[in-house]
Amino acid sequence: MKKVMMGNHALSYGAMLSRSQVIAAYPITPQTQVVELLSEMCADGTLDARFIKVESEHSAMAACIGASVAGARTFTATSAQGLALMHEMLHWASGGRHPVVMGNINRSMAPGWSIWTDQNDSLSERDTGWMQYYCASNQEVLDTVIQAFKVSEALMIPGMVVLDAFALSHTYEVVDVPDQAAVDKYLPPFKPEIRLTPNDPRAFGGLTGAEHYMELRYKLQKDMEKAPALIEETGREFEKMFGRNLGLVDAYKCDDAEFVFVTSGTAGFTARVAVDELRRSGVKAGNLRIKVFRPFPFAKVREILKKVKKAAVVDRNCSYGAHGIFFQEVKSALYGEPGTPPVFGYIAGLGGRDITTDSFKEVAAHALAKDRADEEIVWIGVKK
Amino acid sequence: MREKKAKKIVFNSAEEMPLMIASVGSQTHNLTGAWRNIRPEIDLGKCLKCGICWKFCPEPSIDIVDEWPVVDYDYCKGCGICAEECPAKCIVMVEERR
Amino acid sequence: MKKDKKMTLTLPAEELMACGHLACQGCGAALAMRYMLKALGQKTVLCIPACCWAVIDGPYPYSSLDVPIYHCAFETAASTATGVKAGLEMTGDAETTVVAWAGDGGTFDIGLQALSGAAERNDDIIYVCYDNEAYMNTGIQRSSATPYGAWTTTTPVKHFKTQPKKDIVAILAAHRVPYIATASVSHPEDFFKKMKKAKDIKGTRFFHVYAPCPTGWKSRPEDTVKLARMAVQNAYFPLLEIEDGEKYTLNLKLKDKKPVNDYVRIQGRFRHLTDEQIGSIQAEVDARWERLLKLSV
Repeated sequence: MKKVMMGNHALSYGAMLSRSQVIAAYPITPQTQVVELLSEMCADGTLDARFIKVESEHSAMAACIGASVAGARTFTATSAQGLALMHEMLHWASGGRHPVVMGNINRSMAPGWSIWTDQNDSLSERDTGWMQYYCASNQEVLDTVIQAFKVSEALMIPGMVVLDAFALSHTYEVVDVPDQAAVDKYLPPFKPEIRLTPNDPRAFGGLTGAEHYMELRYKLQKDMEKAPALIEETGREFEKMFGRNLGLVDAYKCDDAEFVFVTSGTAGFTARVAVDELRRSGVKAGNLRIKVFRPFPFAKVREILKKVKKAAVVDRNCSYGAHGIFFQEVKSALYGEPGTPPVFGYIAGLGGRDITTDSFKEVAAHALAKDRADEEIVWIGVKK
Repeated sequence: MREKKAKKIVFNSAEEMPLMIASVGSQTHNLTGAWRNIRPEIDLGKCLKCGICWKFCPEPSIDIVDEWPVVDYDYCKGCGICAEECPAKCIVMVEERR
Repeated sequence: MKKDKKMTLTLPAEELMACGHLACQGCGAALAMRYMLKALGQKTVLCIPACCWAVIDGPYPYSSLDVPIYHCAFETAASTATGVKAGLEMTGDAETTVVAWAGDGGTFDIGLQALSGAAERNDDIIYVCYDNEAYMNTGIQRSSATPYGAWTTTTPVKHFKTQPKKDIVAILAAHRVPYIATASVSHPEDFFKKMKKAKDIKGTRFFHVYAPCPTGWKSRPEDTVKLARMAVQNAYFPLLEIEDGEKYTLNLKLKDKKPVNDYVRIQGRFRHLTDEQIGSIQAEVDARWERLLKLSV
């Protein structure tokens, strides 16, 4: 069934089709429509779930963790300040191996108060042990929620589905809503091996000394390393059933490209338009949109970029005192690999400033004019 | 109740550990009697069998054996609540000699 | 010798708490847990935030209890318990009692927001605060449950705590939860009876349990039960129940209310107090008692 819906409702539909059993959430602009629609769905019986209307995002994630360890499939959604308030519990979810799935609407962190998009909120949670998927269309949002549950529950690692504020969250697009029976086949019920129940009384997450802690985190990393292959496998399975592939990256015209943009989120679709324009003017351009940020698809990025002459990473975020965060990861992926191209780092679109095709053309003009990437950060569109 | 003196658990590899941080055994391997520097001794001749020593033991390390209170010295930490609360004053705390 | 007489047991013999746990000698919190589990039985799940009991149960991979525990974040006892209850219900277990078991720091201070949220939603959990009147697990720092006059490591004798204890029971009563009870480890039968009663009530049930701490109060370990009893008998910690935030019942009438002086004088944490200062504690206790008498008619 095709339906016109906003990005936020694509998250709600994803959670509904995944048969989430417990939802605990707190409102925050620009996420509110996600939980409003889910409240309706729970109220009218479209979704058989318990919706806990908590008093903060911190409690939202705590309640999700409690529900998950009791054996329920669990969903929440938040943004920016809410995600930051959850920070402690994000570690709890991954460290305790609770496969909660959450939607996060990328919104800039205050101060000054901003409700518009950039990625510093979710990227600040880089090291919490959550999988992170950056989406570029409402279809991708809906599909990825379903896939995220499948991957998270297989690995017992939580997953975050990320979309840009307004550029996606409030933008209406045509979305093909998959058939419930088919989704049920793709995503069977959540049946964890052990759970919090009086039938098998165990203490979860007790005081863990130096003789055990490291092994537990080693296991988390080892399972995280299994995720790229599993995401590709479940993506292909999804394609077989629903006709849309969900991979680690979205490579646009990269096969013969000499100059490649590296992007994420909705800017990744804008970049395609710039690629086409550049190709018309004779530049063999391409766009590598990184969809999965954690685990970072190092092998995939290396495979694509080692064939090109120049790469330009456009970050909608900044690690202050260092540089763009995707830029760091891409350089890290290529380091030590012989014959890798120079990688240029750009920062654009903070606080909801538009990233347009002109922004990409400016990036291309800068990168193509230089032999070496000798600047750590090039700011695009900033009034210096 | 769980068996007393459960074995200590040793994991030799990460593989042996459950995926979730979940307990797999009982803390009863920990013989807290070693903490004690005074020990309760019950004069059963004066015991009223009122059950108060059993009731107020925080471990609990006073067992009821054949309808008599018996201190489990493997675990008794020697807090002295039993002696303090005993209405018949039939429990005395004596210095632990090891 | 009462040879043929049976032992008198005023509580069920079954133990769900085993020996070998890590509570200090004479720990009131250990007693409180023991009594609660006797009342609730094995079909119980505990959510325990940072507090003494996060350690008492024993380190990974061990546990001292025969009921499952989720060790949750400091401020999340209530919200985690709410989630656990929803998760159990959605997976077909509507029967298990879910308990948030927190200390006074986790209840009066850092966990108050989550508790207030759960209470306002009337989530179907039992919240138990075992109150030892300071952050004991971190080494005796003042909390908002620390009483006037007490020494702690952050309220040294020269600057002892001059604010009275927060009235957590009144805060919960203002939420109009279906059931609130206070209990003391000196009165296990009363605690047991109230917990049994609470088990059959739906909604948020709140217990404030008095749990003396010899380590933090600088009292003798053998005086734990005695101190708890004195606090009940001098109305420092009255035993009461509140139904629907309105119906107050004082469980002990205290015709012969004892002075607080004896209670205060056997605790090292109050050693520095002058008679006048103890008099102000007495005045506060009397005023609260009068208030409760009026509320319970």
